[in-house]
Amino acid sequence: MENSKPKTHVPLSKPIVAVHPEEVPLHGNIVSVKMIARDINAYFGKTHALRNVTLSVPEKRVTAIIGPSGCGKSTFLRCLNRMHEVAHGTMTGEIELDGHNVMEYDPVLLRRRVGMVFQKPNPFPTMSVFDNVAAGLRLNGRRDKTAIAETVEKSLRAAALWDEVKDSLPKSGISLSGGQQQRLCIARAIAVDPEVLLMDEPASALDPIATAKIEELIYQLKQNYTIVIVTHNMQQAARVSDHTAFFYLGELIEFDETKKMFTTPEKKQTEDYITGRFG
Amino acid sequence: MPPAVMAKGGSAVTAPSLASIAKARVRKTNLGDFAFRNITLVFALIVFSLVFLMAYEMYLGSRETIGKFGFSFITGMVWDPVNNEFGALPYIYGTLVSSLIALAIALPLSIGVALFLSEMAPRWLERPLSFLVELLAAIPSIVYGLWGIFVLVPWLRTTVEPALSKTFGFLPIFKGAPYGFGMLAAGLILVIMILPIITSISRDVLRSIPRSYREAALALGATPWETSRIILSSGRSGILGAALLGLGRAVGETMAVTMVIGNRADISASLFEPGYSMASVLANEFAEAIGSMHVSALIEIALLLFLVTVILNALARVVVWSVTRRFSRT
Amino acid sequence: MRGKELYFYRWRKVKDKGMTSLALFCVLLAVIPLFMIFFYTLAQGLGAINIDFFIQMPKPVGETGGGMANALVGTLILIGLGGLIGLPVGILAGIYLAEYGNNKFADAVRFFTDVLSGIPSIVVGVIAYILVVIPMKSFSALAGGVALGILMIPTITRTTEEMIRLVPQSFREAGLALGLPQWKTTLRIVLPTAMKGITTGVLLGIARAAGETAPLLFTALGNRFWSTSVKEPIASLTVFIYDYAKSPFEDWIQQAWAAALILILLIFLLNLIFRYATRGRYGEQQA
Repeated sequence: MENSKPKTHVPLSKPIVAVHPEEVPLHGNIVSVKMIARDINAYFGKTHALRNVTLSVPEKRVTAIIGPSGCGKSTFLRCLNRMHEVAHGTMTGEIELDGHNVMEYDPVLLRRRVGMVFQKPNPFPTMSVFDNVAAGLRLNGRRDKTAIAETVEKSLRAAALWDEVKDSLPKSGISLSGGQQQRLCIARAIAVDPEVLLMDEPASALDPIATAKIEELIYQLKQNYTIVIVTHNMQQAARVSDHTAFFYLGELIEFDETKKMFTTPEKKQTEDYITGRFG
Repeated sequence: MPPAVMAKGGSAVTAPSLASIAKARVRKTNLGDFAFRNITLVFALIVFSLVFLMAYEMYLGSRETIGKFGFSFITGMVWDPVNNEFGALPYIYGTLVSSLIALAIALPLSIGVALFLSEMAPRWLERPLSFLVELLAAIPSIVYGLWGIFVLVPWLRTTVEPALSKTFGFLPIFKGAPYGFGMLAAGLILVIMILPIITSISRDVLRSIPRSYREAALALGATPWETSRIILSSGRSGILGAALLGLGRAVGETMAVTMVIGNRADISASLFEPGYSMASVLANEFAEAIGSMHVSALIEIALLLFLVTVILNALARVVVWSVTRRFSRT
Repeated sequence: MRGKELYFYRWRKVKDKGMTSLALFCVLLAVIPLFMIFFYTLAQGLGAINIDFFIQMPKPVGETGGGMANALVGTLILIGLGGLIGLPVGILAGIYLAEYGNNKFADAVRFFTDVLSGIPSIVVGVIAYILVVIPMKSFSALAGGVALGILMIPTITRTTEEMIRLVPQSFREAGLALGLPQWKTTLRIVLPTAMKGITTGVLLGIARAAGETAPLLFTALGNRFWSTSVKEPIASLTVFIYDYAKSPFEDWIQQAWAAALILILLIFLLNLIFRYATRGRYGEQQA
C-alpha cells in the first residue's frame, strides 16, 4: 500500500489507497486528479476541525464524503473553495486545483471554477427563476441578452429543470417546490461553467422523490464536472459515487473506490460506521 | 356526603372532603387569575384605544373649521386668525418639502451606514458604532434646534448658500438671498435627525436575511460588495419600511425645525427662503390662540399631522413585518 | 478566463474597494454631527455651569446671572406626573402582552403601540390640551404630565413585554409546580426577575419624556417663578432652553447652552445605563 514514487510523490498517510497522487484508481483503471488536499488542518477559533487530511479528488467523477455529524466533512468541502474563510476559519496545508495552490487565487476567481450547492436550497428570494440562473453570469459582466438566455436554458436543461420551468421563467425563484429550488440552485451554479461542483448534503432537505431526481442528475452531471458530495446518507453515497472518503472526528480514516469501501473496507472504524454500529 | 374518617381511638370524625377543599382553593385561584388577567387586559385595552381616542378628540375639537372650510382648509393659502380665515397650504408645503429633502439625503446615507454596520464592519467596530448612531437619536430636538440656530444656520448663511448660489444659482431652488434660516436648514437638520431610525431598522432588516444567501452569492464568485448588493435587494421592502418611518419622524419633528425654518408662511420654490411647517405653527401659535375658531384650526392641523404619521407608521410596520416574517419562514 | 472577463474582474475589485470606502464615508458623515453637537454644547455651556445655576431662580430681564432651579424642579414634577400615568398603564399592559398575549387582540395592541410611538409629540400635546387645558380653563403642570405620560406609554409597554418574555420558562414552571396560581407566579416570581430590565425601560421612557419640549409649550406652558403646584403652569428644562435660546441676551443664550448640556448628559447617562443593563440579554438575542 505504500508508494514508492520519489520526489513529486507526496508522503501519503496510510488511508489513501491511491498509487500515485496525481492519479487515482477506478475499476482497475487510473483516472487523473482534479484537486489535491495535502495535510490540511482547519481551525475555527480554538476548535481543531480537520486534522492532517490528505485527499485526492478524481476528475469528472463523483467523490462522496461520509461520516457522522461533526466529523468535519462539511468543513473540508468548504476548504476546497475557501468558503471556510467566510466563517472566519483558518487552514494550514495545501489545496491544489490543477496543480495550482488555491490560496494563491483570488477567492472570487477560485469560486468561479469551483462551484457550490448548499444543503438548504437558497435561490435568491427577490429574483425570478431566470434571474437566479443568470445571477452568476451577470456578476461576471456578461451583458449579451441572447448569450445569457442561451446559457440559462442550457443550464436549466443540464439541471433537468428546463421542461418544468420553461413557461414560468419570470416567476419568483422561491415559488418553486423544494426539489425544484435545489435544481435551480444547481443550474445557477453550473451556469458560470465551473469545473468542480461541491455539494453539501444537497438532498437532505428534500423528499425521496426529489432526492431521486437529484441523484439521477448527479449521475448525468459527472460527465462534465468533477463532483464532491457530502452526505450523511450512506446509501446515497453508495448509489451515486465512484469514490468515497470516510471522515471521523476531523480525520480522514479511509478513502477508496466506493464499491470496495462498502464491501470490504480496510479499517474497522469504516466497517463499524457503514454497518451502522455507530453514527 | 363527606366520608367519615376513623380517627385513632375509634370515634368517627367527619372531615371536609378533599374534593371540597380542592374546589374551594380552585375557586380562589381562579378568582385571582381571573382578576389579574382582566386587570391587565383593561390596561392593554387602554393602550389599544388611545390611538382611536386621540383621533376622536381631535376630530371633535376641529369640527368647527372642518365644517366651515372643508377641503379648502388644505388648499387655502391664507392663514389669518384675526379675520378667522384659515388655509393651511403653506404649512403643508413646508412640512412636505423639508421632510422630502431630508429623506432624499438621509436614505442613501442610512443605507450606506446600515450596509457598513451589517456587512462590512468587524464585530468590535460594529457595536460601538451602532451605539453612537443610537445616541444620535437620543439627542432631544431642542438641542438640535439650539445647535441649528448657532452653528448650522450661520454656516449655511456664510459658506454653503453663497457657494450654491454662485455655482447653481440659475436653478430655481437656489435663488434668492442666503438667509441661513429657511427650508434648506430645516431639511438638513432633519437629515441628521432621521438618519438613526432609518439606519437601525435597515441594519436589523439586513441582519435578518439568512446567511445562506450571502454564502450562495459568494460561492458563485461574487465580490463582497456584489454580495452586499444582492442582500440589499433581498431586503429592499424592509428598507422601504425604514424609509417610511423616517419620513414619519421628519413630518412630526417640531422644535429643531421651528428654530431654523424661519417661520414665514410663504410658498416658494427656493430652498433659501424661509418657510413654515405644520408642527411649527402649532408650536408657535397654540399657546396664544385667539378664539375658538383659531383653536379649531390648529387642532385640525394636528389632526392632519396625526393622520399622516399614523398612515406612514402603519404602512411601514406592515412592510417591515412582512419582510422579517418571510425570512423566518424560510 | 477570457480577456474581457479578466478586465471586468479588475473593475469589480476596484468597485468593491470603492464601495467599502463609500460606506465608511457615510458612517463618518453620520457620526461626525454627533461629536460636533456634543462638543459644541460642552464648550458653550460649560462656562455657565456652577452651583448657582442649579439652585437659583431666573433673574429678571436685564440682570445677569440666575439659574434654572425652577426649571429643574419643574421637569422632575412633570416626569413624576407623567410616570403616574405612564408606568401603571405601560407596565400592566406589558404584562398582559407577555403573559396572555398569544392572540389577535394582543397583536393589535402591539401594532397600535408601535403606531402610538410614531405619533409626533406635539400632537400628543394637543391631546393633552383638549383633555386637560380646555376643561380646566388654564395651563397646568397636570396637562404637561398627561402629555408626557402618554408619550412614555409605548416605550414602557414594549420594554416591559420584552423583559418579561426574557424570563426563562423554567421560572414559571417552578412557581406553578410549587402550587402557586398563575397570577401569583407572575407577580411574585416573574416580575421581580424582570424588574431590572423593566426599570431600565422606564428610565428610557423617562429619558424620552425629559427631552420633550413641544408638547409642554401649550400645556405646562412655563413659569418664570417658583411653582410646584399641579394646577399651575410650571417651568421645565426644555422650555427654559427654548425661551432663553430665542432671547437676544448673550448671558441667557449661554445659560441655554448650559441647560442643554445638562439635558444631554442626563439623557446620555440614562441611555448608557439602559444599554449596559440589557447588554448581556441583547447579545444573546442577536447571536
